[in-house]
Amino acid sequence: MNGPQDLGGQMGFGPVAPEIDEPYFHAAWERRALGVTLTAGGMGAWNIDESRHARESLHPADYYSSSYYQIWIKALETLLKRHGFVTERDLAAGKAVDAAATPKRVLIAADVAAVLAKGGPCDRPVDTPARFRVGDRVRMKNFNPTGHTRLPRYARGKMGTIEAVRDGFVFPDSNAHGRGENPQWVYTVVFDGTEVWGEGADPTLTVSIDAWESYLEPA
Amino acid sequence: MTHDHDPDNELDPFAARVRALETILTEKGLIDPAAIDVIVDTYETKIGPRNGARVVAKAWSDPVYAEWLKRDATAAIESLSYSGRQGEHMQAVFNTEETHNLVVCTLCSCYPWSVLGLPPVWYKAPPYRSRAVIDPRGVLEEFGLTLPAQKKIRVWDSTAELRYLVVPMRPKGTDGWSEEHLADLVSRDAMIGTALAREPA
Repeated sequence: MNGPQDLGGQMGFGPVAPEIDEPYFHAAWERRALGVTLTAGGMGAWNIDESRHARESLHPADYYSSSYYQIWIKALETLLKRHGFVTERDLAAGKAVDAAATPKRVLIAADVAAVLAKGGPCDRPVDTPARFRVGDRVRMKNFNPTGHTRLPRYARGKMGTIEAVRDGFVFPDSNAHGRGENPQWVYTVVFDGTEVWGEGADPTLTVSIDAWESYLEPA
Repeated sequence: MTHDHDPDNELDPFAARVRALETILTEKGLIDPAAIDVIVDTYETKIGPRNGARVVAKAWSDPVYAEWLKRDATAAIESLSYSGRQGEHMQAVFNTEETHNLVVCTLCSCYPWSVLGLPPVWYKAPPYRSRAVIDPRGVLEEFGLTLPAQKKIRVWDSTAELRYLVVPMRPKGTDGWSEEHLADLVSRDAMIGTALAREPA
């Protein structure tokens, strides 16, 4: 979706303002926000693509005025309601009022180290051979899907070159919506800065994205 | 500090909102609050940019390792016991005399947790995500880094599940240094691409 998350090339947000010796957390609640998000994800009710889509589906005004941990928590509330774990009445009361759906599993403290060490690999076998090879010229698809996608707007319709053929990976555009993993080949596609940004672009710049095969068309 | 003694909880409405959510989920038996403590401790004290700095220092010291890191970063990094969440699929990109590399996630906050830990706020915020791909030189200036005009800049937008680690160039005057000593020169920002490796004092 052409949502607030698709930031590449947007203007007006001001300087980056890096913080010297920045702490990992700027308030104690951010620690709990990280942990609640990860442990709730540990129930296995949704995947990373659905959670990303929940975050980018916040109203743009809300997204841009929220810190990243606030975005996480707001999206987490959406996911918990969608999957029947929490209700508006629970949230209004600040305590458990309604019964919850039964989770597939609960992440207990003793299992955290193993779960973090395992991670969530997203590579999957693909039945068909890769359609493109290193060095191929490609044009990125021009589309404006209303659902989740990982093809940023700045790259749509642009000409690039395949720099690497990666593995097969879960396709976020379907996986985010419960329509299956449908793995596809992923490629690293590199663009000249002038192709992406046109007049006035930095001539020394190249930009790459990692793109699923269905985002690509032969040039 | 445990969450029972947070100074901000009484003041900040968002702190109360997170506290309520944790309470609800705990009362329903959906989460284990002790698991939250373990997660926070892991990312606050165990997994951080020192991991990545050791990878870089080893690559500087051992050409065979550097070649492996270039070819199969996931395996080369895992050989140092750094793996897992948000480091499942790694790619190392090497700065050269000709090219400087910079990593961003314009669409969210993808970041190589296994080697750099949790991302800084600026990495996740709109100013960096919006400008890194269109005006990287301007962004680097804000980090105090001015690149020569002829230096090529390659920006890696982490749009899929690959996570990128920049291997900065080894500073001159470090011949014979141990890997532990070399790792001290490698900052988190140098491995994102917003800084160079530190010069030896």
